[in-house]
Amino acid sequence: MSALSPTLARELKFRDPARARSLSGALARLTAEIGRAPVSVMHVCGSHEQAIAKFGLRAVFPKGLNVIMGPGCPVCVTDTPEVDEGVVLAAQGVRLATYGDMLRVPGTVKSLADAQAEGARIDVVYSVSQAAQLARQTDEPVVFFATGFETTAVATAAVLLADPPPNFSVLSAHKYIPPVMEIVAEMPGSRVEGFLAAGHAATITGWGIFERFVEEHRLPVVVAGFEPLDILAGLVKLLELVRDGRPAVANMYPRCVTREGNRAAQEQLWRVFRPTGGRWRGIAHVPNGNLRLRDEWARFDARRRFRIDLTSLWDYAPPTLAQHCICGDIMAGIASPDRCKLFGRECVPDTPVGACMVSMEGTCRIWHQYGAVPDLGGTA
Amino acid sequence: MCLGVPGRVVDVDGSVATVDFFGVRRSVRLEVVDEPVAPGDYILNHVGFAIRRIPAEQIQETLALYESLLREAGDDMMAADVRGEIEGARSGRERA
Repeated sequence: MSALSPTLARELKFRDPARARSLSGALARLTAEIGRAPVSVMHVCGSHEQAIAKFGLRAVFPKGLNVIMGPGCPVCVTDTPEVDEGVVLAAQGVRLATYGDMLRVPGTVKSLADAQAEGARIDVVYSVSQAAQLARQTDEPVVFFATGFETTAVATAAVLLADPPPNFSVLSAHKYIPPVMEIVAEMPGSRVEGFLAAGHAATITGWGIFERFVEEHRLPVVVAGFEPLDILAGLVKLLELVRDGRPAVANMYPRCVTREGNRAAQEQLWRVFRPTGGRWRGIAHVPNGNLRLRDEWARFDARRRFRIDLTSLWDYAPPTLAQHCICGDIMAGIASPDRCKLFGRECVPDTPVGACMVSMEGTCRIWHQYGAVPDLGGTA
Repeated sequence: MCLGVPGRVVDVDGSVATVDFFGVRRSVRLEVVDEPVAPGDYILNHVGFAIRRIPAEQIQETLALYESLLREAGDDMMAADVRGEIEGARSGRERA
């Protein structure tokens, strides 16, 4: 029996940037064949950016190929008022549980970490099932502040469907990726000629979900995995489609992604959540971009169980530095972190100003960690 | 948050599996995965939930995909490089 042995998994990786560099030949040839520079393509996944930065891939992309990170950091696109809701709930004395990345994300005037320093009780959990477990161990209300894209929302749905304790509830800030790709594709000034879609979100939704997008926007979409080889192969395929003027969906991650996706997961997701319009931080109002609990789950919906009074924050002035933050432009793919006056100066991982510097999946945090600006790819 | 991790199922107890992630064992819930999971299977884990059972034969499919890339790429350094990866992967699998 063949199987994915650790050896095989290791050998599918390009650990050595020098070897990855040899792959730039194909990308260079395709970029030259396309014949207009820069060719800009966008990925929408923090894990893709991590792999690109960590393995130094951007340094081996040809001049004239611009690989931009779009709104692919779920923590970063969690909107300020959503963070405010968590801050206010926690400040009201309600016990909160959330993913670790959320703690230092700035709200209008405070982060959850600020609230914690002022005495609020906030537990960091690895999984939503740990939050439900916390609720089982106590009689007091426990609210899970739920962030993340559909991959993560499925886990929240599964916990709600598995008979959680009555003192458990969810403050959903979950986001749904497909609608935001349409927004970014249609943004004025967008030069994006194709998308690299994140393999693991597509594991849930299936790659078929991108067919309508391709049809309507005439832009190719390639689903790619996360190993450096996966990403380079995905980019080669994407540039082929751009060169041929062929808007199509290609699946370069068949070991994890099928056309129809994980039907059982989709069924659980849509039984618990409904899509609704809402703001993504810094991007825009995204129709159907937010996932909120359906009416049937009202008893587990923190927004309906608690009175969350955001006006209690109005006594505080927002931090002035935040006015210079260009997170929104960075997440929309219009600017790169080195264009921000605060990047690496006032805004660093220990004292982040914007959400993109907080999360491990934020563009600014990743660029800061891996030596700031490895972009030899011909940014205009 | 969006990166899933593959691991090998060691034991299944109802809706919870014990999974080995390159030497580290942890519990993974099975409500979301859309196929039956048994010891020896590989699953993709995301925040404590299995989101996919990875069929062994799809590893072959991935390798075939890279081979088709090679045909497109011709005989340059990239071809040599990917070929090396595939050969390495094959012998690695046979050893396992």
